[in-house]
Amino acid sequence: MVNLNIDGEQISVDKNSTILDAANKLGITIPTLCHNPELTTFGGCRLCLVEVDGNPRPVASCATFVQDGMQVRSSTPYLERLRSTNIELLLSDHPNDCMLCERAGNCKLQELAYYYGIRENRFEGTRRIYNTQDNNPFVSREMEKCVMCGQCVRICEEIQGARAIDFSYKGLWTKVTPPFERDLDCEFCGQCVGVCPTGALTGKMWSNKGRQKFREVDTVCSYCGCGCNLTLAVKKNKIVRVYSRKNTINEGMLCAKGRFAYEFVHSPERLSRPLIRVNPKSNWVLEDSDQPYGSGKPRQRLAGFQDFKEVSWDEALEYIAFKIREIKENSGPDAIGGLSSARCTNEENYLFQKLIRAVIGTNNVDHCARY
Amino acid sequence: MTNSIEEIKDNDLLLVIGSNTTETHPIIGLQMKKALKKGAALIVIDPRRIELVKRADNWLQLKPGTDVALINSIMHVIVKENLIDRSFIDARTQDFDAFKESLSEYTPEYGEKITGVPAEKIIETARLYAKASSPGIYYTMGVTQHTHGTDNVFCIANLALMTGNLGRRSTGVNPLRGQNNVQGATDMGCIPNFYPGYQSVSIPEVREKFERAWKAGLSPRPGLTATEMVDSARRGDLKALFIKGENPVLSDPDINHTVKALKKLDFLVVQDIFLTETAELADVVLPAACFAEKDGTFTNTERRVQRVRKAVDPPGEAREDSWIITRLAGKLGYDMHYLSAEDVFSEAGKMWPALAGMNYSRIERKGLQWPCTTRDHPGTPYLFKGGFPKKKAVFTSVNYRPSEELPDSEYPLTLITGRELLQYHTGTMTRRVEAVNRASPEGYVEINPEDAAGAGIENGRMVRISSRRGSIKIMALISRRSLKGTVFIPFHYKEAAANMLTSTKTDPVAKIPELKVCAVKLERINNAREKEQV
Amino acid sequence: MDDKKAVVKVCAGTGSVSAGGGEVLRAFENLSRSSGIKTGFNNRCMTQKVGCRGFCSRDVLVDVILKGEKTTYEGIKPDMVPRIFEEHIIHGRPIREWMAGDEHKRFHSGQTKVVLSHCGEIDPEELDAYAAAGGYGSARKAYTLMNPEEIIEEIKRSNLRGRGGAGFPAGHKWEFARKTRSDKKYVVCNGNESDPGAFADRCIMEGDPHSIIEGMMICARAIGADKGYIYVRDSYALAVQRLRRALKQCYEQGLLGKNIFGSGQDLDIRLYPAPGAFISGEATALLKVIEGKRAMPVPRMHRTAEKGLWNRPTIVNNAETLANVPGIMSRGAEWFAGLGTETSGGTKVFSMTGKVNNTGLVEIPLGTTLREVIYDIGGGISNGRNFKAVQLGGPTGGCIPESFLDHQIDYESLALAGTIMGSGGMVVFDQHTCMVDTSKFFLEITQAESCGKCTPCRIGIRRMYEILDRITKGKGRLWDIELLEELGAHIRTTSLCGFGMTAPNPVLSTIRHFRDEYAVHIKDKKCPAMVCKDLLSFSCIPENCTGCGMCKMVCPADAVRGIRKKPHKIDQQLCIKCGSCFDACKFGAIHIQ
Repeated sequence: MVNLNIDGEQISVDKNSTILDAANKLGITIPTLCHNPELTTFGGCRLCLVEVDGNPRPVASCATFVQDGMQVRSSTPYLERLRSTNIELLLSDHPNDCMLCERAGNCKLQELAYYYGIRENRFEGTRRIYNTQDNNPFVSREMEKCVMCGQCVRICEEIQGARAIDFSYKGLWTKVTPPFERDLDCEFCGQCVGVCPTGALTGKMWSNKGRQKFREVDTVCSYCGCGCNLTLAVKKNKIVRVYSRKNTINEGMLCAKGRFAYEFVHSPERLSRPLIRVNPKSNWVLEDSDQPYGSGKPRQRLAGFQDFKEVSWDEALEYIAFKIREIKENSGPDAIGGLSSARCTNEENYLFQKLIRAVIGTNNVDHCARY
Repeated sequence: MTNSIEEIKDNDLLLVIGSNTTETHPIIGLQMKKALKKGAALIVIDPRRIELVKRADNWLQLKPGTDVALINSIMHVIVKENLIDRSFIDARTQDFDAFKESLSEYTPEYGEKITGVPAEKIIETARLYAKASSPGIYYTMGVTQHTHGTDNVFCIANLALMTGNLGRRSTGVNPLRGQNNVQGATDMGCIPNFYPGYQSVSIPEVREKFERAWKAGLSPRPGLTATEMVDSARRGDLKALFIKGENPVLSDPDINHTVKALKKLDFLVVQDIFLTETAELADVVLPAACFAEKDGTFTNTERRVQRVRKAVDPPGEAREDSWIITRLAGKLGYDMHYLSAEDVFSEAGKMWPALAGMNYSRIERKGLQWPCTTRDHPGTPYLFKGGFPKKKAVFTSVNYRPSEELPDSEYPLTLITGRELLQYHTGTMTRRVEAVNRASPEGYVEINPEDAAGAGIENGRMVRISSRRGSIKIMALISRRSLKGTVFIPFHYKEAAANMLTSTKTDPVAKIPELKVCAVKLERINNAREKEQV
Repeated sequence: MDDKKAVVKVCAGTGSVSAGGGEVLRAFENLSRSSGIKTGFNNRCMTQKVGCRGFCSRDVLVDVILKGEKTTYEGIKPDMVPRIFEEHIIHGRPIREWMAGDEHKRFHSGQTKVVLSHCGEIDPEELDAYAAAGGYGSARKAYTLMNPEEIIEEIKRSNLRGRGGAGFPAGHKWEFARKTRSDKKYVVCNGNESDPGAFADRCIMEGDPHSIIEGMMICARAIGADKGYIYVRDSYALAVQRLRRALKQCYEQGLLGKNIFGSGQDLDIRLYPAPGAFISGEATALLKVIEGKRAMPVPRMHRTAEKGLWNRPTIVNNAETLANVPGIMSRGAEWFAGLGTETSGGTKVFSMTGKVNNTGLVEIPLGTTLREVIYDIGGGISNGRNFKAVQLGGPTGGCIPESFLDHQIDYESLALAGTIMGSGGMVVFDQHTCMVDTSKFFLEITQAESCGKCTPCRIGIRRMYEILDRITKGKGRLWDIELLEELGAHIRTTSLCGFGMTAPNPVLSTIRHFRDEYAVHIKDKKCPAMVCKDLLSFSCIPENCTGCGMCKMVCPADAVRGIRKKPHKIDQQLCIKCGSCFDACKFGAIHIQ
């Protein structure tokens, strides 16, 4: 353990901690854009500079190990001026079109500009402008908004192991791109979107659905068995984006399905009223059904619906109850079976088997555990 | 899983059998990558060159369906080189000697002959696994979806037991559950032989307990499994079926068989969020709510019970399944009355002690892993610490038995079905997401270049794949991922449905269908003639 | 030596090759063959390729050694070869008018050749030639007679400091690597000489590749490394070729590989030709490139000597530093330390360019004054003009005015003067140089070469360049000097690596020493040195103009108006300020202001 002093407060931390770790432990906020405790140290944004007694230059707190007896100052007028200048430089090469940005209100750069009160810019000059669009289906990449924090590059390599993007070009024109600036073609886990501090990387399906004042609902992903925790951002009874908090069992990581495949919830093809069959079951052949999925057509017009008519709940449930009673009387309860679902909650599954066992009176209940 | 997801990163050896983890369980895949970064060794047992193979220290490319022979010969080496954990075997298991005897014929050379895996790789794997200090075994349907799936699982259990690699942190046997709440549905008794909490329907005391609680007479006969229900319907014994949130037409083997069976039913109710292929055959279709439209809990693969919360209202008159079930019970003259989802949860907790310690406020922020028996129990990150429920674990001797349908001269290839990264299961949900459809638009059959060359098939060409049960048209994807002699088809795509081909043969114990092995043949489609026909 | 035997040494450095050195050498060989005189080792006429001797402005340089007497010819072209052959080699009469003159003597006499001592003397492509000059004796000594601690002690006593620019004491660096326990250690030669105009490392790699390999062998022995990389930019084609050849020879002779000199220690050295991005010369960025990643410096949380390549202890030394090592081992630390100042031993090679009479590579003991280098070796300012400033250390170095000329050259004094040693670039400016334009030139390079990782360097240097650009275009604002100073200091303080920390140097040093020149650009919109074109106006002085029409003829923009024999006029709207009219006018009628 190493003892050091930050802003007059004494703290004892592990010798492999950085000054930034120690400061965080003390609850002292040091601004950063590129730091991410899950990833290797980058040291690019130069905002976390602190003064250490005995050092002629300020040091990057994210990239400096603590030493015994260190005297650190995390905020002095000089440091704040250095930070402010760096933010000013970043903003001089930024579109500053927060009005249209998906991340407005949830953007680290915007927040820093706000706290440091930067409106005028002494360093106006050339700004990166990119005209090409990335046509991948998931990730919107507006690289002129990139602040080169490198978190996307690092998470892609170090956590996801995909190495789908890296820096290319030099100087002001440095840009995070897929190889040869082709369209992004990767696992689309969206980990990069999750760590981007600005609006450079966003979900394509987020666009124009609302960006602030959403209701956040914490829930669990409905795909594979990992049980990742999702946060659904809801606006006007619609899920507008999905992300995951850092302190969850999945550590904020999601896959393409968890992060991006939520559109089905609001599909126009969703069933919305009970249906009862009116036409006999047709000669159903799978291979020739050319009805595409996700066609976006209202549900009534889809093939298949023509054999049914919409009824009220009462009518539908009465009919089911009547049929079940009839079959139970004629053929016994074991002529009836129930298939439950791994999609449904524990409570619903409990109720379902109770329905089959206690109400109908058979143990013919199963679910898709085997597929 | 005997262990937690979070423990994976501390494994010093990962033995991944029949699981394309990075595609089917991406987040567990990330934990594995973390372990590899920390220096863990990786052994992959899979006929396909899956993504993990790139990072594997040892890849055993076995012929599909030869798992028993492979694992037995690995265990043969462990016994021969005396790498067993004697003290663990003595203290916590029984029947080892008989079991040891059963391994004698499975020399690595014999293993090589059956599985196609070189003997030295078998030996190396045995040494790596037996000498590791915290090895984890991970498997999914590649192990279980066989007519000898149960045997495969016994083999894996034997392997862990004989080396004492069970019951410690980051050390154990971990089947990865393929669906969000497959664990919970099983826990909650949606299986024909168990009430909630794996309490057998055949034990009178248990039955009486549930009869008292539910105030109803219960059947003492174990029910039918899903596959048996379909068979029974086809025979005409089963008259009515209530399907909730499933699409067996696409997910069950042999679609023609399933469709014929379901059409034969007198009465079919399907309760779902979309008009699925199964719902199209129903007499009544009930509109349900999806995961974002209801409250409740899911139990993930590491037995963690987590809260699901309602975010949006269901469309139109669609209702939560619990609402539908309680109303229907009412119509059938049984009073099911609950104030909330938590009410149901606490009733389940009363019936199953392993859940008794949980309530919604305890799992508000972070879920708990069962067993969690009391209100102050912290949950159980890994199982079998210090002992097994039945005191001593039993070694089960298993003999290699070939798969039911092996390739022959007429159907020379072995078909493996499975999942891919972006689509999910029968595609009911993911195929209605535009972005997913753009990235993974259509089905394909993965063919080894040598097989493709033999059949004169180029990449991207439409081919016809047929088995004894049906045939489909599908795009060819020529890739070294597939072992020569095998082809792989993801089962998400209804227009090229893999389950047209699969066989309904099941494991005698678990009744799991053999979806990983069936014999097929491959034909090139002459484009010009096809067009003429259209 | 046989009285009749002649040795012809033809410079085969890149400068010479591009001046026709290859043809000159072939001409000698052809002639001796056709006249029946056998060429080659031990024959009557021995022709040799030798490395660059630094005086590249006078290429092709040819030495003829006859009867032990050396005659140097300069500016030799292939068609001059027959006469030299006939008169000098056959008849023993040197040709006076082609011989190198006083400048040549002056250029060389002021220098002390240590690292360059073999360049221009031995054939860089032959291991035998290097061995004959005592090569690999030091390595043998290090591997057979000395233990690692003794080697490190020797290097420490020699006061050898890193020649890559920062000047870290090499011995200390080696000691850190020695003391760090690891399963594997590396020694890396940094041959990514990036500064435009610097070619010292190139000359050593081309002219004496074995000295670098020997230096690496000694370093590997000292720290216990068994793997080495020579990182060289692949645009140095000749260096790559010669190093590759040298390595091959070493493996053939068993100097590299297993069990070197029977010491039980192995060493494998691989050549790593890589795209020569400017930033890959930064040690951490260079290691990233060898690891297969993009050249981007990483924060130095650990010393590279303790955690470098693949997190193993790694010594990264500049080519010149390593080439110094064999000499130190053979001639002793005291000799080397005695050459320099108290704090830095030995010599330093500078690549002198710009407005001096003698340009080329000069090797001087540390502690020599700038005046000695520029006036004694360099022969003073060309065209009889006046000295204005000298820029040291490549594009990230600073400019020093006349008042500092008597300061001695060492790491500390240069830092005081506002510049750096860098890789030894030395550009001399005369009074016709605009310091604003000059700093803009250097920043144009550095803003493009920034790796883009840290904010101040990526955006800040670009912004400084833009401010300079507007000053030279007459659009400067009154507060621009202060803004440049603030931004420069900011970049220097906050940048991640040495590149960013030094990149503002040209601007900050010129503001420090030539502030008025900036002020005139901004306030008066004038360029005193008449360089910044946007601030100039060309006009015709009617009194001097004869109306000859020459200016009209050469003007590319048709900006000159006038009738023959009548004074002409320049249309300021059309004038593109190319200066062609000024050059063309024989009557001094074009006025620039």
